[in-house]
Amino acid sequence: MANKNLPIFTDPISENNPITKQVLGICSALAVTVKLDTAIVMTMALMFVLVFSNVIIAALRSYIPFKVRIIVMLTIIAALVILADQVLKAFLFDISKQLSVFVGLIITNCIVMGRAEAFAMQNTVKDSAIDGLGNGLGYGVILILVSTFREILGSGSFFGFQVIPQFIYDQGYANNGLMLLAPGAFIVLGLIIWAQRTIIGFKEEN
Amino acid sequence: MDVLSHYLSLAIDSIFIQNILLASFLGMCSFLAISKKVETSFGLGLAVIFVNGITVPMNWLIHKYLLVPGALSWTGLAAVSDVDLSFLTFITFIATIAAMVQLVEMILDKFSPTLYQALGIFLPLIAVNCAILGSSLFMVERNYNFSESIVYGVSAGFGFFLAITTMATIRYKLKYSNVPDGLKGLGIAMILTGLISMAYMSFSGINL
Repeated sequence: MANKNLPIFTDPISENNPITKQVLGICSALAVTVKLDTAIVMTMALMFVLVFSNVIIAALRSYIPFKVRIIVMLTIIAALVILADQVLKAFLFDISKQLSVFVGLIITNCIVMGRAEAFAMQNTVKDSAIDGLGNGLGYGVILILVSTFREILGSGSFFGFQVIPQFIYDQGYANNGLMLLAPGAFIVLGLIIWAQRTIIGFKEEN
Repeated sequence: MDVLSHYLSLAIDSIFIQNILLASFLGMCSFLAISKKVETSFGLGLAVIFVNGITVPMNWLIHKYLLVPGALSWTGLAAVSDVDLSFLTFITFIATIAAMVQLVEMILDKFSPTLYQALGIFLPLIAVNCAILGSSLFMVERNYNFSESIVYGVSAGFGFFLAITTMATIRYKLKYSNVPDGLKGLGIAMILTGLISMAYMSFSGINL
């Protein structure tokens, strides 16, 4: 049993990563990665929405009429996102202010819709839950990688703690402000995609 | 004159400086998927301008008269005058967008078949485009008034249009260049987007 479920869980983390391979959910991956803590909170919110939307949609899959499935999925996802947003506003108000509109944008995050459409509509509740967890983690791994680079190079800190010692700054080193801005995010993610695709040996025909 | 320059600076700001795609990262999925071809990117860009110009003011009205605390006071009923429905923002916005897209599709089909032919396949895609929902949410966050929201909706859409057509033309040339294997496709597209966004950042010095 474990052998059958394991690939569903591990595939999306490495080989079939939602961001670098399936090209889903890039918008939020770039916007929330200026600092590690926002990236982690965003990952948790997405994971919550993804697992529960997969479970609910898989449980209802034989009752949802095919023609209206998109609107049914959107409603389920939107309800879960409202839940996540209200919880964040109640307990992590500062971070929810920094994430601003991007929690709301989980609704249109292609990962959630994509997995609901491609996996949860055809599979059992248990498999769908594992698939949701795996894809959420795969998303999280990329987010954490990107935000680690951006935080260390852009503000010289890691998780808010200063990691680049003062004497290096005294030698004339300066933080790269570009990393905190949009172009830094695009370029770091591009390089990570390059590295990951070289390691797994995936090549896009173009 | 003052009013005009206010709207002009809002438009310039949302097209170039706060570009919905290059500065706020919204609409990346369709941007990356569609920008492989110049004609389709042109069509999608036009459809985004069109739909965004309609849904942002529409959502402004809904937000103002249904959702914010005390918004229902126009009904004159004491029972509902201080109800706060703002927690329903996301679900009403996405429902409005989906409904508007459907409506626009039907109206276009009936009255302008040529435009429908041009935009047709992109309209359903737009319902789940983060740029559309994102600009409605930014409109709420930045407290625009009604006429500002019209200007913002159209110019955010125009920003998306500019970015996607630029990208499509660059990717067209890219076919003839020798890109390393692992970087082909998505990787090089991300790095190019980074460079375009760096170019757009040079507008940020403009003070209108």
